Amino acid sequence: MKSRRRWVAILSLVGLTWLSSGCGVIGGKIASTSDAAGDQARHIWDLFLVPVWWLSVAVFILVTGWLLLNIVLFRRKPGDTRIPPQVHGHPRLEIVWTLIPAIILALIAIPSTRLIFQLNRDPGPDSNALQVQVIGHQWWWEFRYPEFGIVTAGDLHLVVDRPVVLTITSHDVIHSFWPPRLAGKVDAVPGRHNTMVFTPEETGVFYGQCAELCGAQHAHMQFRVVVQTQQEFDAWVQKHRQPAPDPTPGTLAATGKELFAGTAGCAGCHSVNPTYDPSTPINKTLMVGPNLAYFAERHTLAAFLPNTAENLHQWIANTEQVKPYSIMAEKWWKIRAQQNQLLTEEQVNAIVEYLWSLK
Amino acid sequence: MAEAAIRLEQAGYRRSALVEWLTTVDHKKIGILYYWTAIVYLLLAGFLALLMRIQLAQPNMHFLGPKTYNEVMTMHGTMMIFAVAMPLNAAFFNIAVPLMIGARDVAFPRLNAFSYWSFLFGSLLMWSSFLFGHAPDAGWFGYANLSSSRLYSAGPGLDFWDLGLQVLGISSIAGALNFFVTIVNMRAPGMSLMRMPVFVWMVLITAILILLAFPSLTVGLFMIMFDRYFNTNFFNPLHGGDPVIWQHLFWIFGHPEVYILVLPPMGIISEVLPTFSRKPLFGAPFVIFAGIAIAFLSFFVWAHHMFTVGLGPVPNALFAASTMLIGIPTGVKVFNWLATMWGGSLDFKTAMKFASAAVWMLMIGGITGVMHATVPLDYQQQDSYFIVAHFHYVIFGVIVMGLLAGTYYWFPKMYGRLLDERLGSWHFWLTFIGTNLTFFPMHFVGLDGMPRRYFTYAAETGWGSWNLVITIGAFILGLSQTLLLVNVVKTLRQPAAASADPWDGRTLEWTIPSPPPAYNFAVIPTVRGRDAYWIEKYGDGHHTPAATDTMQRREVHQPRHDNPGHSLLPPGVHLPKPSWWPLIVSAGLTAMAAGMIMHGTETLGPLGFPIVGLGVFVVFFGLLGWHFEPAIEHEEAHVSQ
Repeated sequence: MKSRRRWVAILSLVGLTWLSSGCGVIGGKIASTSDAAGDQARHIWDLFLVPVWWLSVAVFILVTGWLLLNIVLFRRKPGDTRIPPQVHGHPRLEIVWTLIPAIILALIAIPSTRLIFQLNRDPGPDSNALQVQVIGHQWWWEFRYPEFGIVTAGDLHLVVDRPVVLTITSHDVIHSFWPPRLAGKVDAVPGRHNTMVFTPEETGVFYGQCAELCGAQHAHMQFRVVVQTQQEFDAWVQKHRQPAPDPTPGTLAATGKELFAGTAGCAGCHSVNPTYDPSTPINKTLMVGPNLAYFAERHTLAAFLPNTAENLHQWIANTEQVKPYSIMAEKWWKIRAQQNQLLTEEQVNAIVEYLWSLK
Repeated sequence: MAEAAIRLEQAGYRRSALVEWLTTVDHKKIGILYYWTAIVYLLLAGFLALLMRIQLAQPNMHFLGPKTYNEVMTMHGTMMIFAVAMPLNAAFFNIAVPLMIGARDVAFPRLNAFSYWSFLFGSLLMWSSFLFGHAPDAGWFGYANLSSSRLYSAGPGLDFWDLGLQVLGISSIAGALNFFVTIVNMRAPGMSLMRMPVFVWMVLITAILILLAFPSLTVGLFMIMFDRYFNTNFFNPLHGGDPVIWQHLFWIFGHPEVYILVLPPMGIISEVLPTFSRKPLFGAPFVIFAGIAIAFLSFFVWAHHMFTVGLGPVPNALFAASTMLIGIPTGVKVFNWLATMWGGSLDFKTAMKFASAAVWMLMIGGITGVMHATVPLDYQQQDSYFIVAHFHYVIFGVIVMGLLAGTYYWFPKMYGRLLDERLGSWHFWLTFIGTNLTFFPMHFVGLDGMPRRYFTYAAETGWGSWNLVITIGAFILGLSQTLLLVNVVKTLRQPAAASADPWDGRTLEWTIPSPPPAYNFAVIPTVRGRDAYWIEKYGDGHHTPAATDTMQRREVHQPRHDNPGHSLLPPGVHLPKPSWWPLIVSAGLTAMAAGMIMHGTETLGPLGFPIVGLGVFVVFFGLLGWHFEPAIEHEEAHVSQ
């Protein structure tokens, strides 16, 4: 009897710790799927809570309860040589517990199937949906707005409460586009054009990331979704119809621009012009590297670092240390290092100054 | 041990211990070889997991670089699936199946040895990639075109993966054929299919799954090999290929693979729970048909790994429905196990602890499985730590715990000794706590948006605190496995004193001594029902105990043949002859794979094809030698002097 009580105590302690650890631990983080700020993420989280989560709790309690009951009631006592009744089965009971999971699954399958079709619905031509092309690259994201002939990278600008249709593909390996607080994920598959439809419901800057292993720097392939009001977005579009003004001649930034376009070799892969020919097919690469137009307004650099002057300096001066295996590290920094042509401290400063003048 | 050696010597095996093990075709020895190879790999691949956990313990750690992390992650997954879980299953196929069906060996003893040696060489080939500084790094499912193009995965890493898996696949298919034929043809008289122990049933289903699923993987691996070596562009979208084809080929294999891994441990649970409850398995036909249903459905669910690939809403909805159907037979199994315990006399020996915990773990892994079967939820959970949590509950919680239950349960049949119960209890509780501490918080970071296969993360993500807990859990889990080794060493230092039937067992393996003699059964038993041995001991209402029946009596208490000067093999028993050929053919096969890998490198390229040729030569003449070697020794060889 004593040992049975000890068992009850131990097992209920284990159970309680386990259960309580599940409460209040999710949410409040930049990528929390529970803190929905878009309709798709909200629908998904609602489906998770009702009915999936509560049915799961019911199954958990049923199975755990039965198991604990078995352990408590039928533990063999020392010296007990009794042979219990040899029950071989009970077809009616077994049919009942074949039906229980079937009913639970049906309860989940019905709302889930409805949501599958709802989430995949094209909003139609009169919905005023924004059209954006999303292109995954090792290891950064490119965003093209064919309506406006604007291309950018790293920051996806969207309008609050306005549906967006993303056409998603990749120019190298498979990536997966995932802004957790706004929507689920859709794979960026080279040669395929996937679509994703959702409506952002809050303004702000939202975190996004790659979710499919795509090589060494998979973990450093973030983006931000900047959700703006229609006016802010219109202003942003207007601004991006032409490149940022050139720096004043004679300043450090002007030296930087010369280096950028000349001996530093940046312009071989990067453009600072935000416009492109909107008839360009989605599978055609514009430039090897991300477009750097209005760079100073970007939230991240190298697809993972906060965009600060210090980080930018580090990135240009020590590319290999900051993001090894990236094209810029392999094909630019390493080659210049071999040829002893790494940029000097002043040159790096000048380029940083120039990029930070792009606003 | 000494007794066993004498017995073998008298049976005609007068060879050194090393040669003995290298040439053995005895399923019990091959089982032990499988077991220890897989346990060593479990510790190695577990060590890789701990390296990852150190790197992820806190944000922005610099313990492993991005490429090293991907290599460690890929090898952890690939090795745990193909070189730990599958071979541990194969170990128990070998250790238990012939004994449970009343057979003297498997159908093709030399093929059985070949399965082991090609598993060993193939896995060593893959491990050796670390020595050459190029381990595979595209994840255990090696998605094309990252894996299929030398542009995106330079170096021989993925070649080690591709060719190594081909060798392991041959080993698995050979093993599956062998156990399929063994179970179909070699059951003791009276053991109809529905009287067959549930573990044997699960092995039979698993063998069928392997035979049907592995060809798909093999085709895919060949296509990746062709893409990498001969620029065939199967998966290259720039030239009309499609990387998604690989995902279909892989998961048509990959989902049945999950059941290839989990059905045998489910079989072990179905043996351990009744034995330690002193009750028959509740609704055994239901459990068997649930296993068949799971296996059948497993071929219709592969695209649930691909809900975010963009197949469209109709395929997604259909594959969601078929996936949820699997929840029904799985639920049936759980309820039948719980009903088996109900009303029993439960003896919580270590094996029973592991088996009951595995039932509970399966419930959690099953619930989260239904969550990702719900397509919209999967849009968020896919490729996040939520998935990692789910499949570790199944793979560690059910598969490894089930296999650990099997270890404690059948150890007397391996070594004639019982593992220490006190150490076993510590082993169980630390494993149980470690497993939950490691894998449960992964649900939280997954829902908080942490993707899998990230070598690092920023502090601002807020994932750091749970990751620290996960790392602590992983160390508890990892270190507690050394208790198994301590237990084994301690136990093996004691005399082999286990009785034939230490657990009051229900099936035929408990009718013969622990460990069994080379020939297993002196007289092949006659089976009168499921729980064949239990019926002979206690009757079951339809049959009276065998005490009155002298024939049965003699079979239940096998003669021990300790009469000196008497031939050890009972009359009419033929044992398969030890053979070098399985080892030689496996070595040739592995040389072919190694040559192919060399061919893909810059420095050793010219050596590649000559070594492939050498491998072909060895395989060809090995098979020839195999063919002309008499499989069974002449009767005279058994007569001892």
